[in-house]
Amino acid sequence: MKLHGSPISTAAQRALVALYEKELEFDFVVVDMSKGEHKSESFLSLNPFGQVPAFEDGDLKLFESRAVTQYIAHAYADTGTKLICRNEKQMAVVSVWMEVEAQQFNAPSTALAWELFYNPMLGIVTDPKAVEENEAKLAKVLDVYEARLAKSKYIGCDCFTLADLHHLPILQILMTTPVKAAFESRPNVSRWASEILSRPAWKKVVALRG
Amino acid sequence: MALKVYGPVRAACPQRVLACLLEMGVEFELIRVDLDSGEHKQPDFLLRQPFGQVPAIEDGDFRLFESRAIIRYYATKYVERGTNLIGSTLEEKALVDQWLEVEAHNFNDLVYTIVLQLVVFPKMGQRGDLALVRSCEEKLEKVLDVYEERLSKSHYLAADFFSLADLSHLPAIRYLMNEAGMGHLVRNRKNVNSWWMDISSRPAWKKVMKLMD
Repeated sequence: MKLHGSPISTAAQRALVALYEKELEFDFVVVDMSKGEHKSESFLSLNPFGQVPAFEDGDLKLFESRAVTQYIAHAYADTGTKLICRNEKQMAVVSVWMEVEAQQFNAPSTALAWELFYNPMLGIVTDPKAVEENEAKLAKVLDVYEARLAKSKYIGCDCFTLADLHHLPILQILMTTPVKAAFESRPNVSRWASEILSRPAWKKVVALRG
Repeated sequence: MALKVYGPVRAACPQRVLACLLEMGVEFELIRVDLDSGEHKQPDFLLRQPFGQVPAIEDGDFRLFESRAIIRYYATKYVERGTNLIGSTLEEKALVDQWLEVEAHNFNDLVYTIVLQLVVFPKMGQRGDLALVRSCEEKLEKVLDVYEERLSKSHYLAADFFSLADLSHLPAIRYLMNEAGMGHLVRNRKNVNSWWMDISSRPAWKKVMKLMD
C-alpha cells in the first residue's frame, strides 16, 4: 500500500490519519510540491488533476482524499478503529455529516487557514474582509455543529467516524489561529474538537508534519 | 408511507436526488419549497435541514439532507432493484467515490460560481463579476480536459457503467449549457460531448426535465 503526498498537505494528512487509525502498513512516498513534483508526468499518471494525495493498494489506484479514506474504511473494516457504521441508516447519517464537512465546513475554514496561517508564512498580507466574511460563515456552521453535538457524542453518530476524521487537518490549523475562539466559545464543539485532536493517530500525523 | 423529497424541482441539488430516485424506480412525493419567499430559512424547514438548503428527505421517520448523502443511501439501499449506480466490488465502489469527489471538489464550485455570477445575480438586479466568471471558465477548461482524457479510456467516469459519479454532474452541466450559455465547453470536447449526450438522454433524466416544465 502506498500513499503519495506531502506531510504538510491537509488532503494528504486526511488520508494519513485514516491509515494510522486503521493501523495499516504502508509506504509514504513524499511528493516535493515546492519543486512541482505533483505536476510531473509520473505523478499525473497517479492523479490527472495534479493534486495530492494519490493512493495505491495492489492494482487499485485512487485519488481524492475522501475517496481514499472511504475505501480504506470499507476495505479494512475489521482492522483498527471502525470508521464507518454497519447499520445502513446510521451510515447514511454519518454520510450526511461527511457531506456537511465537505460542503459547509471546508470552504470557509480553508479560506481562513490561508488568510491566517499560510499567507503569513508566504509573506502575503492578510485580507481582513476575507477573514470577516469567512468567520461569519464558519460561525453559522459551528452553531449547527453545537446543536448537533448536544445530541450526538461525535458529529456523525455516537462513535468516531470518517465524518469527524475529515475535519482534523484544517481543525488543527485553525486552533493555532485566533479562529480557535470560535471553537472554544461553543462548549459542545470545544469538547468534540479537543477529543478528536488528541487521538493518538492524529498526533502521529502532527509529528510527521514537523 | 411515501418518501418525501423537499425542494424546488428547478434547483440543481434536488434534481440530483430526483434523478437517482427515478433511476432506482423509487416512488416519491415531491414537496415544493418556495425559495423566493424564503421558505427554506423558516424554523419548520430548518428542523429538516439546519443549513437552510434544499433538498431534504423524509422517509417515514427517517430524515436526511445533503444530496450526495441521499443518493448514496438510496443507490445502496435499492441496489438489487433498479440500476446499479454504485458498482459491485470494493474497487468499483472506490472509483465511483473518487469521481463523485471530483465532481464535488474540482467541478461543482466552478460551475456554481459561473451560474451565480452570470445568471442568478443579474436576475436579482445585481452585476455579476465577469472577471471571476472568466477565471472559473479557464479552470473548468482544464478540469474538462482531464475528463476528456478519462473518457477516452472509460465509457463513463468511474468505469464502464453509468454510476452516481456521472449522475451527479447532470444538473450542473444542464445549467452550464443552458442558462449560462457555456455549451461550447462540452461540445468542443469529443468524448465529453458523447458522454453528455448519453447521460442526458437517459429516461430518468428526461423525467426530471419534464418535472421542470
